[in-house]
Amino acid sequence: MPDGLALTWRQYRLERRMFWRNPSAAFFNFVLPLVILAGAGAALSGNQHQLNRLVPMIAGMSVMSTTFTALAYNIVFLRERGVLKRIRGTPLPTVSYFGGVAANAVTNTALQIAIIVLAGKAFFGIGWPAHWEELIVFVLAGVVCLAALGVAFAHVIPNFESTAAYVNAVFLPVVAISFYAFDSSSAPGFVRTIAEALPLKPLIDGLSGAMVTGVGLSSQLDALAVIALWGAFGLYFAIRGFSWEGSRA
Amino acid sequence: MRGIDITVARGEVFGLLGPNGAGKTTTVEILEGYRTRTSGEVSVLGEDPSRRSIGLRRRIGIVLQAGGIYSHVTPREALRHWASFYPHPRGVEEVLSLVGLQDKADVRSRRLSGGQLRRLDFALALVGDPELIFLDEPTTGFDPEARRAAWQTVRSLRELGKTILLTTHYLEEAQELADRVAIVKDGRVLAIGPPRELGVDGAGGNRYRVAYRNSAGELIERETDDPTALLAELTAAALARGERLEELSVGRPTLEDVYLELTAASSRDEDA
Repeated sequence: MPDGLALTWRQYRLERRMFWRNPSAAFFNFVLPLVILAGAGAALSGNQHQLNRLVPMIAGMSVMSTTFTALAYNIVFLRERGVLKRIRGTPLPTVSYFGGVAANAVTNTALQIAIIVLAGKAFFGIGWPAHWEELIVFVLAGVVCLAALGVAFAHVIPNFESTAAYVNAVFLPVVAISFYAFDSSSAPGFVRTIAEALPLKPLIDGLSGAMVTGVGLSSQLDALAVIALWGAFGLYFAIRGFSWEGSRA
Repeated sequence: MRGIDITVARGEVFGLLGPNGAGKTTTVEILEGYRTRTSGEVSVLGEDPSRRSIGLRRRIGIVLQAGGIYSHVTPREALRHWASFYPHPRGVEEVLSLVGLQDKADVRSRRLSGGQLRRLDFALALVGDPELIFLDEPTTGFDPEARRAAWQTVRSLRELGKTILLTTHYLEEAQELADRVAIVKDGRVLAIGPPRELGVDGAGGNRYRVAYRNSAGELIERETDDPTALLAELTAAALARGERLEELSVGRPTLEDVYLELTAASSRDEDA
């Protein structure tokens, strides 16, 4: 008899297989942040102060891209193509389906963070993370929060053709404002306030503490609280607003 | 939806026939558990489908009107995955050959044609070995050859003892496949019965159509509920005149005649 956990595992394996078979998704969600890291890292080579800021920024952006962006895209695509509706008609438990999808996002994020940590150690003069447990806590919190927000956001996107516009309308400003507030001490007060209220800047703060500065988890609880609040908001709307059927079908 | 009252027997192929927008898909989606009824009673294999129990979903197979599939997965992979959802699935190879997809089993679905994808729809609905299968307009957009092939699949499912609820707006399809048909329009059942007998207690009563060519060569059509008496009358008169009734035929109204008459009558009621 198929049980929920075995089905979650099967769904996860299928998601992994599909991920690597879809080169454009693999590129945008996976390779692109690493390309930016390599390019910016090369440009900033020798400027350790800047590199120390660049690595956690790219790590934070990677979490957002492998969860928020990837899930918003995938959910809208599967919904509009009628795949979600078909899955809903089968005995696959909803929990197993989303468990597999979420585990796939966690795997992608973990791989990215591992590559960034290795690159930081090997090329960018950043040692091993000062606090592994803090790194794990912030990555997991970031994944849950941004994955939930991605699923919730999919509900707002009316059709697949407009997905890129919707996702980038959120992703690019959030990344820009968070990077600016994190990197520049001269950023205006209102930019800082907005960035602190969004989930990405607190995530970068947490990752920076864990990977570079050594600021411990106990000093980052306010950042964690912002991520948790966004996570709760995202989960509520991800579940409540979830739509299995596209407008077309 | 205004009121559809139907009972489908085990092992039966039941057709819901009606024009687009008649309420066929809404009815089927309530039975499949996709929509919740606002009133009335629904029982599918003894369960209320709106509860969406996993136990019920293990016993039904659904071919949606427009259901997509992962583009980067092959039919064989998709079927293996789907089979794992069910306690007693059919063999993947068996299902592939039942729908005629053996040659395309390892081609990613984004490279399959529309007809091949529709066969994959069938295969995914069958791999769990369901007792009850919903087919929502299974052959819409098919060429005649593909339609014949799909019909053959439905017939083989019937031979396996499956219960099938089929919606279609093709009269020929209902006539070919269904043991019984309900003609629906505007969310109501206009007539229900075996396709060949629908004229009997349909709006037209127990009708036969008698046609012949008279001595002037005109084609005459008469309708009657007592063909024996009418034939006796016509033939006696013809014999008395020393004439023959050329091209004499007695027929029942076709499903198409009944359908057109019923749907037209229902439109007149609307206007009245």
